[in-house]
Amino acid sequence: MTELGSDTRTKIAIREVCKTFETKKGRVVVLDQVDLDVRSGEFLAIVGPSGCGKSTLLNCMAGFEPITSGSIRIDGVEVDAPSRKRVFVFQEPGILPWFSVWDNIGFGLGKMPFEQKHEIVMRYIRLVGLDGFEKSFPSELSGGMKQRVEFARALAVQPDVLYLDEPFGALDALTRLEMRAEILRIWGETRKTCILVTHDVEEAVELADRVAVMTPRPATVHSVLDNDLPRPRSADQREFRALKDRVFEILGVRRG
Amino acid sequence: MKLRSFLNACLGFAAFVGLWQLATHGNKVGDLPSPWMTARGLGQVAAQGVLWQNIIASVFRVAWGFSLAAAIGIPLGIALGWYPRLRDVVNPLVQSLRPISPIAWLPFAVIMFGGTALSSDLSAIFLLFLSAFFPIVTASTSATASIDQKYIRSARNFGVEGFDLFRRVVLPAALPQVLTGLRLALGIAWVVVVAAEMLGVETGLGYQVMDSRNALRMDHVAAAMVVIAAIGLLLDTGMARVESTILARRGVRRG
Repeated sequence: MTELGSDTRTKIAIREVCKTFETKKGRVVVLDQVDLDVRSGEFLAIVGPSGCGKSTLLNCMAGFEPITSGSIRIDGVEVDAPSRKRVFVFQEPGILPWFSVWDNIGFGLGKMPFEQKHEIVMRYIRLVGLDGFEKSFPSELSGGMKQRVEFARALAVQPDVLYLDEPFGALDALTRLEMRAEILRIWGETRKTCILVTHDVEEAVELADRVAVMTPRPATVHSVLDNDLPRPRSADQREFRALKDRVFEILGVRRG
Repeated sequence: MKLRSFLNACLGFAAFVGLWQLATHGNKVGDLPSPWMTARGLGQVAAQGVLWQNIIASVFRVAWGFSLAAAIGIPLGIALGWYPRLRDVVNPLVQSLRPISPIAWLPFAVIMFGGTALSSDLSAIFLLFLSAFFPIVTASTSATASIDQKYIRSARNFGVEGFDLFRRVVLPAALPQVLTGLRLALGIAWVVVVAAEMLGVETGLGYQVMDSRNALRMDHVAAAMVVIAAIGLLLDTGMARVESTILARRGVRRG
């Protein structure tokens, strides 16, 4: 574990973040004193029991939801609104069903000459392996392909940070494995800072440089585990299993 | 499959006409008309030429009432769906006015528009406007309020705001439900036009029903009902086609 703030490559600094929701049954504390550092260019996974507030944390980091107290700073600047520099990738793709693949990927690019836009869009269509599908509509694509469009759309605006909120949750098991490899390849090529929220411990251990484990609600970060296993990783490796077991142990899950 | 469903529909019609014939066998002109008397009556009113004038009058009124309702109802509904505060203020009022049958407004309509040129047309159009307005507002409100937050969030994430957000995200997202509301509203307006034309006007299919009744020509009443059904079906099919064309172009209904 690293000491907070000791790393000069810190991209996102989360300090004593609390988040409460007002509901009919009164105040619910979702995040309680969360401290976390995300390093520039790393792949960080956040795991925790479902409903623990890890998605809420991600939404706060993206600027979609205000925090109740504490601070979230990215490159030293307090987050107060969403920005194109930090793009959110949704579980059920947030691509727009009424736009073609081309229009979806160009969606965030703003006003620019057609040639320039076309060049960027086509570059990212190639990056995610969807050549030939630029005129297709999302309803004509499989779940995995839609997720690729979502990745391409996010990457096309050249963000520093990608927020991945269980991006493979809606996919079938085989496609999920394929997309894990795909996101690793894309991450390897672009070296964006990636923050993955998942309840799938194996997914977290396979993908991430570090795994932050959260406690049940009110959630806080219990510990951050380093994961130096060389890639590509296999769930059969002894070290892989050991790390997985360690995460399960912190989560308080007894297995077998 | 298409032929099969057509044949099945024919079966239903044949059974209905058969039962109808049995129930009205031997009836005279002042009684409940038989299918044959209805068909003959239809031929007579069509030959008289008044039928076409009445059809045009009814369709004209529905077109005006429906278009006005859409022109005001869609923007209002979208605004109500988008701004929760506005919805809190206006929606209870809209929902309270909605259950009042448009026909109940007829006396007021006559007072408001009486004495003006086209007064009878105006009051009928006003009733049709009311009948179409509420379903359109309600559908547009819920269409906009139920837009998946994911779309709005990702648009904001990419810096798509203001009118651009409206044009590229809000409108297309709300469109399918708005179109369903329009289709529903047109159906209701067509039902209401007959009732709206039973008082104070001297044209239209509703007038034809009342006029034939007063002349004790029940075969002509039934003939008018057949025409009303046929045009209603035509309008609904047309709307359904417009709906699927618009949605198909946007890729929503494909695959």
